[in-house]
Amino acid sequence: MEQKEIELLKLLEKNGRIDTNTISKMIDVEPDKVEEMIANLEKEHAILGYSTLVDWSNVYEYEGVAALIDVKVTPVRGVGFDKIASRIYRFPEVKAVYLMSGAYDLSVSVEGKTMMEVSRFVSEKLSTLDTVISTTTHFILKKYKHDGIILNDDEDNDKRIMVSP
Amino acid sequence: MSSYYLSQQVQEIKPSGIRKFFDLASKMENVISLGVGEPDFVTPWSVIEASYHSLEQGYTAYTANAGLFELREEISYYLENNFDVTYSPESQILVTVGGSQAIDLSLRAIIDPGDEVIIVEPCFVAYSPIVSLAGGVPVTVSATNDNAFKITAEQIEQAITKRTKAIILCSPNNPTGAVLSKEDLTSIAAVVRKHDLLVISDEIYAELSYDDKAPSVASINGMKERTIVVTGFSKAFAMTGWRLGYTVGPEKIIQAMLKIHQYTMMCAPTMAQHGALEALRNGSESVQEMKTSYRQRRNFVVKALNEMGLSCHLPGGAFYVFPSIKATGMSSEEFAQRLLEEERVAVVPGDVFGESGEGYIRCSYATSIKQLDQAMKRMSRFVEKYTK
Repeated sequence: MEQKEIELLKLLEKNGRIDTNTISKMIDVEPDKVEEMIANLEKEHAILGYSTLVDWSNVYEYEGVAALIDVKVTPVRGVGFDKIASRIYRFPEVKAVYLMSGAYDLSVSVEGKTMMEVSRFVSEKLSTLDTVISTTTHFILKKYKHDGIILNDDEDNDKRIMVSP
Repeated sequence: MSSYYLSQQVQEIKPSGIRKFFDLASKMENVISLGVGEPDFVTPWSVIEASYHSLEQGYTAYTANAGLFELREEISYYLENNFDVTYSPESQILVTVGGSQAIDLSLRAIIDPGDEVIIVEPCFVAYSPIVSLAGGVPVTVSATNDNAFKITAEQIEQAITKRTKAIILCSPNNPTGAVLSKEDLTSIAAVVRKHDLLVISDEIYAELSYDDKAPSVASINGMKERTIVVTGFSKAFAMTGWRLGYTVGPEKIIQAMLKIHQYTMMCAPTMAQHGALEALRNGSESVQEMKTSYRQRRNFVVKALNEMGLSCHLPGGAFYVFPSIKATGMSSEEFAQRLLEEERVAVVPGDVFGESGEGYIRCSYATSIKQLDQAMKRMSRFVEKYTK
């Protein structure tokens, strides 16, 4: 069953809206069983949610900016980086936090409506946290590919001839 | 001159029945095509990038007639690792312009005027015309639905005459998707050896088998010395437009094919050969991903077709399903034409692949699941309308 679970997860990861009947036919598992597998995977926290990848730059009258911030911190005895990470990820502006190897410790992804808003978050909230030593903010200028999906791709454009041997 | 100077031979060859559907379908809008005989994937990026790089480096000249030696070496490793057959890159491997050129060369190398070549139908539309153009006589035998479109040794034996020189096999098969097992091939091999024939084995879909591995004819005991394997990069690596294939076989035959190749083609395109090198070195992961996707789509389409009353086997390989449309009482051509006109779904009528394909249609599932889902809904509506 595990192999089928992986297949199921990969299908859902690619398209969260794929329906049970289609999955059932594709992985050759009865529809009821597919539902049961999904319920189990949700219970086991293998599936955390079903989000939609929106290209906001194609949405008229929506303004938004995103930044990646390299954060250096002082780890705390006993809890390492986890404590400071949890203080950072609770801010709703923060979309992602990763502990990194290399020149800095935490990579923090932040989204806001304007550059001012993000700057204010960094200067007032993030850099004033006790154990934060330094921050380097990189504003994202353009997204080319996100979560495996190429933005503004003409993928649907089938370049093949209509009928061939 | 009424014949416009054309040779008798060429005039006698009928144009492919696929052409007609192409002309019809390409004039319409909003058509979902299940008629495409090639992958829906774009070639893996690393292959494209390697080919770019070779051009940037100025590799724009001819290669050796037989193809880049490095590529022949990689082909040799690949075949040994994946299909248990060993061929020398020096003398038994020839890189060609697609699998099609390999088929043409193999037939031209072995046929004397009037020699018979057994062709198993339903099959790829080009075998019979290529045999004729080479001066041979195509003799067809029919694989049938009763045996899941697998030809038997007995059927082949019945078609053998004193003039029979070779038999063309294709597994996994276009258009039926049927895969010949090791046992099937062993019994066919016994007949081939008994009558001292050659096999031209079209293994272009060999990587694309979803349940059991499709064995190479050359890997069957005693068959390597009488088998010409023709294959290429088109299907497994999604490289149809690169036109790159290859053939392996007994040294004497490959050298004879090379002789024709050097006078008629010189060599396969150099930039494509550099791409193929990358495909063999680092492409297997991409192939596996594409295979998983084909398998899932195969399962989907086979279930959907059977549910709507177009019965079909679960084909072991390639990316085609070959369902029966007999329940509708229509001929293959009528079914395909009306389906296209009424529901805007293009399929290929089975009879273009040979007489025994009558009563069937070929549906290619190398199309996105979204399109397949839509196509199945349209077809189901169509079938319901005509089977009451």
